This record gives sequence, C-alpha cells and structure tokens, in this order.
Amino acid sequence: MSDCEKFLLKLYITGHTSRSERAIKNLRRICEQDLSGRYEMRVIDVLEQPQLAEDEKILATPTLIKELPPPLRRIIGDLSDTEKILLGLDLLPFELDCH
Amino acid sequence: MTIENSKIPVEKLSTGIEGFDLISQGGLPKGRTTLITGTAGSAKTVFAAQFLAEGIRKAEEPGVFVTFEEHPAEICKNLLSMNWHIAEWEERGLWRFVDASPQPGYEAIESGEFDLGALLARIEYAVRTVNARRIAIDSLGAVFTLFNNALVVRSELRRLSAALKGMGVTAVMTAERTQEFGEIARYGVEEFVADNVIILRNVLEAEKRRRTIEILKFRGTTHQKGEYPFTVLPDQGIIIIPISAIELKQRSSAMRVPSGSPEMDRMCGGGFFRDSLILVSGATGCGKTLMTAEFIGGGAKKGERSLLFAYEESREQLLRNAHGWGIDFEALERDNQLRVVCAYPESAGLEDHLIEIKRQIDSFKPDRVAVDSVSAMERVGTNRGFREFMISLASFVKHREIPGLFTATTATLMGGPSVTESHFSSITDTIILLRYVEMLGEMRRGVTVLKMRGSMHEKDIREFTIDNKGMHIGKPFRNIVGILTGKPEYLNVENADRLSDMFKD
Repeated sequence: MSDCEKFLLKLYITGHTSRSERAIKNLRRICEQDLSGRYEMRVIDVLEQPQLAEDEKILATPTLIKELPPPLRRIIGDLSDTEKILLGLDLLPFELDCH
Repeated sequence: MTIENSKIPVEKLSTGIEGFDLISQGGLPKGRTTLITGTAGSAKTVFAAQFLAEGIRKAEEPGVFVTFEEHPAEICKNLLSMNWHIAEWEERGLWRFVDASPQPGYEAIESGEFDLGALLARIEYAVRTVNARRIAIDSLGAVFTLFNNALVVRSELRRLSAALKGMGVTAVMTAERTQEFGEIARYGVEEFVADNVIILRNVLEAEKRRRTIEILKFRGTTHQKGEYPFTVLPDQGIIIIPISAIELKQRSSAMRVPSGSPEMDRMCGGGFFRDSLILVSGATGCGKTLMTAEFIGGGAKKGERSLLFAYEESREQLLRNAHGWGIDFEALERDNQLRVVCAYPESAGLEDHLIEIKRQIDSFKPDRVAVDSVSAMERVGTNRGFREFMISLASFVKHREIPGLFTATTATLMGGPSVTESHFSSITDTIILLRYVEMLGEMRRGVTVLKMRGSMHEKDIREFTIDNKGMHIGKPFRNIVGILTGKPEYLNVENADRLSDMFKD
C-alpha cells in the first residue's frame, strides 16, 4: 500500500449545529496537517439526504467514514480526540515513513 | 412535547391482535408510545411485528419497523411462519424497515460528543415515505449495547420518544427484563420513553411454560387489570385469552332441547335448556361417554349438528363404542351432522387447546358441543391455568347460545368431587351425576340430576342400565342411602316405611 494514496472521507452530520461545525473544523484541521493534497472530504447532511444515511446504516452523528483507502473505518463523535482519529484513519503507524 | 387538549379523552387504536383490544378496552393509546417489556423469549418481537402486520392486514395502515437486534432479512424469514409476507408488503409500500442492527465491520471508534440524529432522521424519513401510522422499535436495550455512553443513549431515546409524538404515529417499543418479577425493564427505560407499559411474561410453573400479558399502565385511560394468558400460534401470532374480561351478557333462553334420552328429559323437567352448560360427572366407565353419544344422537334426530371433542379415547374406539350403543358416528360424519375432533390432552398447552376448540366451533358452527372429558385437561396445566381454561371454554360456548355437554371423571370409583367440578360447577346450569352403586355384591349404576338452573327437576337417584340400544333409565333406588358420598347403606323395608310414616299427618 502506498503511503501517499488518496483518502476519501465522508462526514455525516445532522443539520448545521455547533457540534456539526466542530466536527467539520476538526476534520479539516487533521486533513490539512496529515493528508495535505491527498484527501477528498465530503460533508453529508442526513436531514437533507436521509436515504444516504439509510444506505450506510448510520445511527450516530457526526459519523466519519473512511471509504478509501481500505479498510473501511467508522469514527463517531465531534472528532475532538485527534489521537483517536489518527488511529482510526490508520495514520499513526505510517506517519514516520511519510515524512 | 405538545400539551394535549385535556378535554379530549385518550383515543385508542385498535391493534387487531386477538383479545388485546378487549383487555386494553379498545387498543393502544393513539399517537403515543407503549413499552413492551419481557424476558428473553417472551414474544416481544412478535408482538411488535404483529402490531404492524395487523395494521396492514386489517386497515391497510402502513408501518415502520426499526430493528436494533435482528437483521431485517432474518425478521422476514422468521415471521413468514406466521404467514406475514413482509417482503411483499415492503414492495407495496406498506412496510418499511429501518435497519439499525449490528453490521459486521461497522464497529465505530468514539471520539468526542455525538447524538443519534442520523437514526432520528432515518426514522422520520421512513415514516414520511410510507406515510406510516404505526411504528415498532425492537429493542431499546440493544441500543445501549451499541454505544459506550449510556447517558447519551438515554437522552437520545427520550428525544426519539418526543419526536414520535410529533409525527403522530402510534408506537410500540420493546425492552428486556432480566427477571419475570422485578424491575420493569433494563436501563430503566420505562421512566423516560413511554406513557404506557405492557409486560409479557413467560413463567415456568410446575414444569410448564405459561405466557401471560399484563397492562401495567395506560396513562390517562382505562384498561383491564391483571395478567391474561396468551399463546403464540404458527399462522396467527399472539392470541390473548381474555378470561376475566369476558362479560356475562349472554341471553338466557327458555327453549328446551332433547338430551337424547326421553327419561333424562323427564328428569330435567322437559329436556336441557338450549343455551345451557351441562356437566356430567362420574367415575371411569360409568356411562359419561354414553351420555355424550346420546346427546349427539338426540341432536341428530332433530337435524342438529354436533361437534365432539374427545380427549380420552381414540377415534376408532369412540366410533366402535357409539356403534355398540346403536349410534352410528361414521354415518353422521358422512352426512355432515357431526364432527369428531380427537386429541391427546398432552399434545398442546391449555391455551392452544382452547384456541383449537374455538377455531373448530367457528368453522363447523355446530348446534351442540360436547367435550369428553374436560377433566382430562387437568393434567395439562396448572390448577390456575385449568380454571381459566374452563371459564373461557364455558363462556365461549354460552356466547354461541348452544348447549354444551362436558364430562368430568371423578377421582374415585364411588364418587366424590373432582377438580373439574370445583372449578366448573358454579358456571354450569345443569349437573348430572353418574355413580356406581354397590348392591348385594353387584355393581349397579345410578343417575341423578343434582342441579338444573331455572327449572324443576326430579330429585330421585334412578338406576340405569346400558345395552346395545343405549341408556335405559329405570326406577329410583328406594331402600338405599349414601350413594353420592360413595358409602351406600341399605335400609330394610321396615325402616323405610317407618321413616315415611313419621312424616304422615
């Protein structure tokens, strides 16, 4: 697996609440720091697109799904715990190799 | 939450679950949430699904099923045995799943605050899409196992409950209990989600499983109190047997029907009443099945159709015996004058027997019903279960306004009471005792009408004999006392005369 392959991240939120905004801000910060230039981030509001939440069987919001690269990962919460996010995105072990 | 207009009473939504609408006095409170709690295997999921299924089948009301435990495909498959074609309803837009069951590989890492907003959005979306009137959520306990933070789950379930009210749907939610008698549900969910609580129990009593349903509370409206037995049948789902909710409103008729024996008719003051229950009690072999056969034969002569439930003898035995008394059951069955239903009492639970009896009566629509013997059912259930069975059976037959003849076998050869009698005698209209009488080294048979509600009847104990033409009732036993207590004593003629002289003027 290449360390520099593209990340596809989907963030599911419920409306533009302060919690949603916080999750978006946290994710953007992490992506800029660790995945600069090699990520695509999509924000999906389940109030507007409930069928997408149904398809992905999402219960909690915010939910972050790392679709690419495999394996698929789910992280729930406002993403305030950076270490857990990095762990969830499989970024911690590779960090050293990448820089 | 909206404050409801206090002048409008709580409306109820007929569930369509047999017996439930009766004990709940009309169904579930409309537009509200009802919690269904029970231990594992207490039929919570069946209740929840049946609530939706009956809505679809009886009122074409669409429903949404939210599952936190089983996968929707599993639910469809399991409930197909109830004859509920969920997949077909899904296609027709009458049923919709919200699948919140655990997905392998979907285990999430928790990082920071979250809510269940997506779940709520999905439920709202599903309700809107099919225009659902009913919703079932199975089960709340499983939601707690999905997330580490119980506090969040608790407050989110409260939010869900409020949101359901806003959607105007009538909801049932299931929740687990760890004990049959104890806290209402795990995690104390009843305190924050529901106005109404129903408990399903599945208690082991004297080695037998007994299912009951109890409406614990209906906020702001009435319901029947206490536990009611129910059963789960393959093609019908839950059927509740509403024993004490049965109203005593059957009419009483003065019309008489022949018992099948002209002498017995005379003893009863002109035959049995058309809508009465007749209990024939006696020791084994003293002529109860014979009286049953005569009852059926007497009906057939008048063109009345009979339904016989036989729990003591096989079909072949029964046909042969009746033939021996000059009554051809086979011919009657061919002419559709009779249906004989034979079953081993142990083959099913009391509730299942009761439902089978009702089903047979509903389908055959007989003019007379006979059960030989009801006391055989004593073996199947507990004392309490048996009493409920008898009451329920009696009331069902009475509502049909047809005569029902039930036999009961006494425990001892010479008489004495049986359990059946003690449970049943107060609701029967007529009691006929058949007794063995030991006389001068010989076993003879006696018959007497102990009770005949609403009519004069003979008080004599008469001797009867049995031959190939059936039952022949003869003269009263005159010089013998203590037949009914099983300790006959002889009075010599002199003593008997002296006794009658004492009361002369």
